Amino acid sequence: MSEKLSLPKQLLYQAICLLIAFTVLFPLLWVVSLSLDPRDIARPDEFRLIPPGASLNAYQEVLEQPTANPVSFAELAFNSFRLAAGVAVFSVLIGVFAAYAFARFGFRGRRGLMLGVITVLMLPSVATVAPLFVMLNRINVNIGDIEFNLRNSLWGVGLALTSSALPFAIWNLKGYLDTIPRELEEAAKIDGAGPNQTFFLIVLPLAIPALAVTAFLGFLSGWTEFIMSWQFLTNPKDFTLAMSLWNMTGQFSGDTPWSKFSAMALMVATPVAVVYLLLQKYIVSGLTIGSVK
Amino acid sequence: MATISENLPTTASRSPFQKWWDRTINTRAAYTYLIPAFVVMGLITFYPLFFQVWMSFTDYNIKSLNPKAPAYEAPKYVGFQNYLDIFPKELKIGPVTIPFFGTDKLSAKVQNFSFPRLLFFNLWWTFSNVPIHVIAGVLIAVLLNVKGLWFKRFYRAIYILPIIIPTLVIATVWRNMFDQDSGAINQAMASVGQLFGVASPVFRIRWLDQIAPPIPWLLPGMSLPLSYYALLITNIWLGWPFMTIVATGALQSIPADLYEAASIDGASPVQQFFAITVPLIRPAMVPAAMYGIIMTFNLFNLIYMMSGGGPLRQTQILVTTAYDLVNGNRLYGMAAAFSIIVFFVLLGLTLLTNQFTKATERYDV
Repeated sequence: MSEKLSLPKQLLYQAICLLIAFTVLFPLLWVVSLSLDPRDIARPDEFRLIPPGASLNAYQEVLEQPTANPVSFAELAFNSFRLAAGVAVFSVLIGVFAAYAFARFGFRGRRGLMLGVITVLMLPSVATVAPLFVMLNRINVNIGDIEFNLRNSLWGVGLALTSSALPFAIWNLKGYLDTIPRELEEAAKIDGAGPNQTFFLIVLPLAIPALAVTAFLGFLSGWTEFIMSWQFLTNPKDFTLAMSLWNMTGQFSGDTPWSKFSAMALMVATPVAVVYLLLQKYIVSGLTIGSVK
Repeated sequence: MATISENLPTTASRSPFQKWWDRTINTRAAYTYLIPAFVVMGLITFYPLFFQVWMSFTDYNIKSLNPKAPAYEAPKYVGFQNYLDIFPKELKIGPVTIPFFGTDKLSAKVQNFSFPRLLFFNLWWTFSNVPIHVIAGVLIAVLLNVKGLWFKRFYRAIYILPIIIPTLVIATVWRNMFDQDSGAINQAMASVGQLFGVASPVFRIRWLDQIAPPIPWLLPGMSLPLSYYALLITNIWLGWPFMTIVATGALQSIPADLYEAASIDGASPVQQFFAITVPLIRPAMVPAAMYGIIMTFNLFNLIYMMSGGGPLRQTQILVTTAYDLVNGNRLYGMAAAFSIIVFFVLLGLTLLTNQFTKATERYDV
């Protein structure tokens, strides 16, 4: 099939592809255009990619103070980052051990425990908001001068997120470890390596890409998390980027600071989108492996 | 020495005792690896779930939260009352103090709640979305796979965008795009309309608030408000690229000689598509579709942030309702019962889709 595409066909296909590309890009161009608009108008009244007098003022305002709360973008981003990184690192570090056990050992209770993990995995996080809220609300942390309610803190939100991030990490990593050929481990065993040595010296180095992808997916879920943090947190100092972005979309269009909102949306999305793009190949195959097995 | 792998060639030559012993050693090693994960999961995953079952049989509400508060009331056991309250057509709840609003007669029931409608809409929402995603995704993948097409890499790079942007951002942006006064959709339609001399006030469509269904006959017995279509458009935008990626991967593994042989035999491109492409990409597409079904069924962010389940709760799905019971009504016991119902609905859906996957697998072999 090495014959060339005829020109009329080529042009037709190009037209279709361009049309699809336009529909995909349209919302993004719209947001970019709004974010550059210097007037911060309640009613963007015309259709231009670069609005008259385009400026980066909205970005500057967002950096200083995105919402009515006296918190800067950096503080919000730091909260989101701590939450996301904590959940990612913790769930992968603990998850990889369990994943190894599921992938490589035939042991009593394996089916039952795996069923437990899958069951939890199936539950959407909304379905555990009520018990986690009630339980974490009962715990008051008291260390020296520091005193806080666990529910009303990033620690509590982190725990709540880990409760679903950990089963996901176990499952995703198990799916990957299943694809690593066993020959290497068997060779190591013949050379006299114990199971711990095999795990730390053979399996773990091979699994680094999977660890990175799983950690990133955990990070992503923390970075954009809304359900738990919106329900748990009341102190603006603890708010996250996701919560603030939602705060900016008012009930009515007149309430929404359009330029600031758009700048904020782009600033929340860009960092994770770039990393996603770099890891894309691994992520998609990982997700389908997770769903097949 | 513990064996590392469970399918080492040992079974034939070993005595039953030896096998039993191997398995015991294995079990001990395995549990050492499992302990950290299961201690953590026991505390923050499994324990809350069991607690949730208990909560679902109580009237746990905002007064039961803090035992030290003066207005504290211990949660009372109410048996299956929460479940019985959810299933009938209207969700009746006792007069409840809602923060900032005080006791309100309106709160004596959750307005416009109907479980059958909720469940049916949730299923309709899922099964009206996913087939469109799969069909559009496959067709676009086939288009991008045409030999000699220019700028393939460029298009692939653009088409990935809906996947890599957080749904939270997508939902809030589309909500603003569907805004009645200043949204991009109405403005774009107005500027196209202008070319044909249609006045712009015509295009002040209330995408997210209009109650009257635009196509009343589409689904008998259930009105689908305009916001359903707004959500559908957004979710199609969001959903097809994932299917395209999966389909592209599958398409690239189909050997080209199959198509050559078929075209020598005189098969038209359409025949080739149905006789070669469809059967060979099905093993990849079926799991992707299952994944899409579960994701769409629980698509919280999009619905909560775009329509808020409105108007009149007509676009609520199960998970947004569960969240409203906690976040809006502060009915923790009721929310727990609701979550348990959601769990069983999901279990049923998963088992059904799994059966379907297995059935199609068998068909392929």
